Amino acid sequence: MKAFSFEKPDSVEAAVAALGAEDTLPLAGGMTLIPTLKQRLADCSAVVDLSGIAEMSGITLEGNTLVIGAMTRHAEVAGSDVVKKAIPALAKLAARIGDQQVRHRGTIGGSVANNDPAADYPSAVLALGAEIVTSTRTLTADEFFLGMFETALEPGEIIVSFRFPVPEKAGYAKFASPASRYALAGVFVAKTGDAVRAVVTGAGPCVFRAADIEDALMKDFAPHALDRISIDSTDFMSDIHADKQYRAHLAVVMAKRAVAAALAEGGS
Amino acid sequence: MSNVIGVGASPKRKEDLRFVTGRGNYVADIKRPHMKFGIFVRSPHAHALIKSVDVSAALELPGVVAVYTGADMKADNVGGLPVGWGISGKDGNPMKEPPHPPIAHDKVRYVGDAVAFVVAESVEQAEAAAELVEVDYEVLPHVVGVVEALQPGAPQLYDEVPNNLCCDWDLGDKPAVDAAFEAATHVTSIELVNQRLVGNPMEPRAAIGEYDAANGQYTLWTTSQFPHVVRLLMGEMVLGIPQHKLRVVAPDVGGGFGVKQFHYAEEAVVTWAASKLGGAVKWVCQRSEGFISDAHGRDHVTQAELALDADGKFLAMRVQTYANMGGYLSTFGPNIPTNLYAPLLSGVYVIPSIYCGVKVVFTNTVPVDAYRGAGRPEATFVVERLVDTAALEMGIDKFEIRKRNMIPASAYPYQTPVIVEYDSGDPMACLERSMDLADVAGFEARRSASEAKGFYRGLGVSTYVEACGLAPSRLAGQLGARGGLYESANVRVHPSGAITVLIGTHNHGQGHETTFAQIVSERLGVPFENIDIVFGDTDKVQFGMGTYGSRSLVVGGSALNKASDKIILKGRKIAAHQFEAALEDIVFENGEFSVSGTDRKKTFSEIAGAAYVPFDFPLEELEPGLEEQAYYDPVNFTYPGGAHICEVEIDPDTGVVRLDRYTAVDDVGTVINPMIVEGQLQGGIVQGVGQALFEHGVYDEQSGQLMSGSFMDYCMPRADNLPNMVIQPHSTTCAHTPMGVKGCGECGTIGSPAAVINAVVDALKPLGVSHVDMPASPNRIWNIINHSSVRAAAE
Repeated sequence: MKAFSFEKPDSVEAAVAALGAEDTLPLAGGMTLIPTLKQRLADCSAVVDLSGIAEMSGITLEGNTLVIGAMTRHAEVAGSDVVKKAIPALAKLAARIGDQQVRHRGTIGGSVANNDPAADYPSAVLALGAEIVTSTRTLTADEFFLGMFETALEPGEIIVSFRFPVPEKAGYAKFASPASRYALAGVFVAKTGDAVRAVVTGAGPCVFRAADIEDALMKDFAPHALDRISIDSTDFMSDIHADKQYRAHLAVVMAKRAVAAALAEGGS
Repeated sequence: MSNVIGVGASPKRKEDLRFVTGRGNYVADIKRPHMKFGIFVRSPHAHALIKSVDVSAALELPGVVAVYTGADMKADNVGGLPVGWGISGKDGNPMKEPPHPPIAHDKVRYVGDAVAFVVAESVEQAEAAAELVEVDYEVLPHVVGVVEALQPGAPQLYDEVPNNLCCDWDLGDKPAVDAAFEAATHVTSIELVNQRLVGNPMEPRAAIGEYDAANGQYTLWTTSQFPHVVRLLMGEMVLGIPQHKLRVVAPDVGGGFGVKQFHYAEEAVVTWAASKLGGAVKWVCQRSEGFISDAHGRDHVTQAELALDADGKFLAMRVQTYANMGGYLSTFGPNIPTNLYAPLLSGVYVIPSIYCGVKVVFTNTVPVDAYRGAGRPEATFVVERLVDTAALEMGIDKFEIRKRNMIPASAYPYQTPVIVEYDSGDPMACLERSMDLADVAGFEARRSASEAKGFYRGLGVSTYVEACGLAPSRLAGQLGARGGLYESANVRVHPSGAITVLIGTHNHGQGHETTFAQIVSERLGVPFENIDIVFGDTDKVQFGMGTYGSRSLVVGGSALNKASDKIILKGRKIAAHQFEAALEDIVFENGEFSVSGTDRKKTFSEIAGAAYVPFDFPLEELEPGLEEQAYYDPVNFTYPGGAHICEVEIDPDTGVVRLDRYTAVDDVGTVINPMIVEGQLQGGIVQGVGQALFEHGVYDEQSGQLMSGSFMDYCMPRADNLPNMVIQPHSTTCAHTPMGVKGCGECGTIGSPAAVINAVVDALKPLGVSHVDMPASPNRIWNIINHSSVRAAAE
């Protein structure tokens, strides 16, 4: 690790001001940033720790909208009675991120801002059609995720909170890499009225909505509706753990399991 | 007599208090005055000429003390890393043994080969400077695959090693084998890959070298399984340090598995750098650095054939193996796929003739050497996959074909056609016991239940035998060992009767501090808590060979037993003097010396006290003191063996293989501490399951890079991958070790890969599958299922 200075502001404004300086990186849970710094793959003159900002943490239900602060740890989401009641699939997703240590350090904001192609949370944010409230504006999920490790966030802009509309039904299923336990293919499905969104993570360079799966599920929100579906694997990733055909196949299998999980939850 | 804890008891491990309370003393914990920190610059290329190394920019950074290159070491006449075991080819010529400089100076031969060593006041400063070392490489074509390296036109690693062939070795009577194949009713042929593994002990390697110019004394603290051998190899052959001026300490070591039983370049480099700088230099391996600098294991490609008669009786076996050595020969590298492999190809079966050829080959990869099991898991995998495939092809039940060919208990000692003679064993009893425990009879019902859920279920069995307790020195010497492999133990009885044992083996997780204390407690009747075991420091312990090859209890424990005999004899002499009785009338029993047929007796402590404060010993016949040393050299290998049965369930939607049941019945000889033995077997099985289902050191052919170079990509087995295992030893007594012990450290790793893969193949049998390569990863299994013509036809 190279030497850097460390700041811990207590307000969003102060954090944004600190991040305005050159060569500065925000620290959320540090689950990606700290290992990267330790391996000398990242380099900065200052790290701005966001964990002291009270308004960036916490979980509340505002009418039919679940609001989760960006610095809320995975374990808090997994254990929250509010989340379990409003969007149980989101609590279950959080409960299966990484391991105990990761879940007590990692944050939803850090995960979404990093937009790792195999991260869990981006699939939920996109499938649930959440709003991403940042230090300067509010973005829709549809405009947020741009590509591998790439988002609509501007330099110095940080996520403050997420606003999740509570769906009628939702479910998440992932096939974890046997080695890293990141998703080789994970699918989050959400149904609200006649609309169904099905979002795939882990399989391509960035989370994406799977139109074929959504169309089939809008006709019949049941696992067997996907029996004859196959997804074109052209844009999927291949590596030593999973080739693209296997990932495309897993996406359909996980979609079925996500729908089964959503139906098992009953209504919300 | 109180608190004697002897053979067969399972006391809690003495060493665990310090481990579980964070008070272990590992190399990385050690701090020396004015200690400097070193970082290695390693090659990013698989194969390249070193045109120049420019260290000037690195030297200018603050805190940087020195930057050393291979040329610096060469100029200082530092020797190459030696090989401890040489082999000869079938033409009678010795293997090719090119030099292995601690830091490369003319050429790099794998990604990770060291090219410079940066020393600074802090790790961070050394890391920063390491990035500024400018190496001008001329990149050469590389080859990473063992078969590809032998092809005409393949890149050549050494001018003096044509076709990258280190040695073309063989064993067995080829004409007899060929004739048997001619006469066979049925021939089963298979091709197997025994994939490359990375050992990954929990504690990464580390080393501190220190030099004290005032008395010319060198010290090396290192994560080693055999500090005395490191002192011998490094002192005599690499750095030229007189043995009395070199102390090597291997303190607490967090797991070895073979990875730490070699003399590594880093040990020599820190010691040499310390002498140049006149102080202490510390290097602690990073995990990702360990992936490309710890010796790897396995990496074989094998073609094997079994000849059978019409009744399914084995007639002969013919094997050709290609063994990857990596870019250089590691300490025991060439011995593993030859002498520790081919002699085990008879398994527990009567096979009249066996021939095995092994081509030992250099490639542009990390050097390959012993990893838990070392040659014997590879041999067992060949034998047990052949037997299963033959059974499938001939329509014989997998248990029946094994029983039909098994060596009966009455045939022991049994001379195999491949050098070794098994002294004892009862494989049939192990197999039948394992079948009962595994409820083989209930399998069909379980299979139907899985099928009803849409899953495939399979049952696999593997029998095995291994040769361990390395090693009978005379035989080892005949096979090319460059030194005998006895072990030593010193029993030092203090005046109170408490005991310090100094032993040449090394404890890095095996529980020696407990097991060895139990042996002494039982033999001498001394309370368990009054016995301490000391190891791992060449200044404290007489010479010893260390811990590997399941040898510690077999060879070290036997030395300890022998030293205990000597203590008893000396104690009887002292008692005879005290009682003014004849030596032959003194009996030692239950920790007391007594005069036979009388009530005159003295406790062990009383005799120990008398030994140290004598007034009237007849000094010509009886010297003061009660301390004895013994060396033990086994007359044969020991041959643990057993039968493992495994059941898997496969989800065709994902290709996931779930290990549902695992049963192991192992013949490990006399069991000293059943809890520790079960732990060793359990851990060994998990490592074997790791090979069967998860682990793979993958090299990219195009780039020569190790693709699975971190835990993100190298899949270790985890608790949630495993069922509760049923582990029950079923032991026969070793015929030649004094306590009847055989060793147990590697059994699990040897027996399990074939059991798991046989179960996977059995599960997929309805799809026409007859072989699955390791690791049976979800993607691999799904591809097999997805491409199955049987399944396509059914849909």
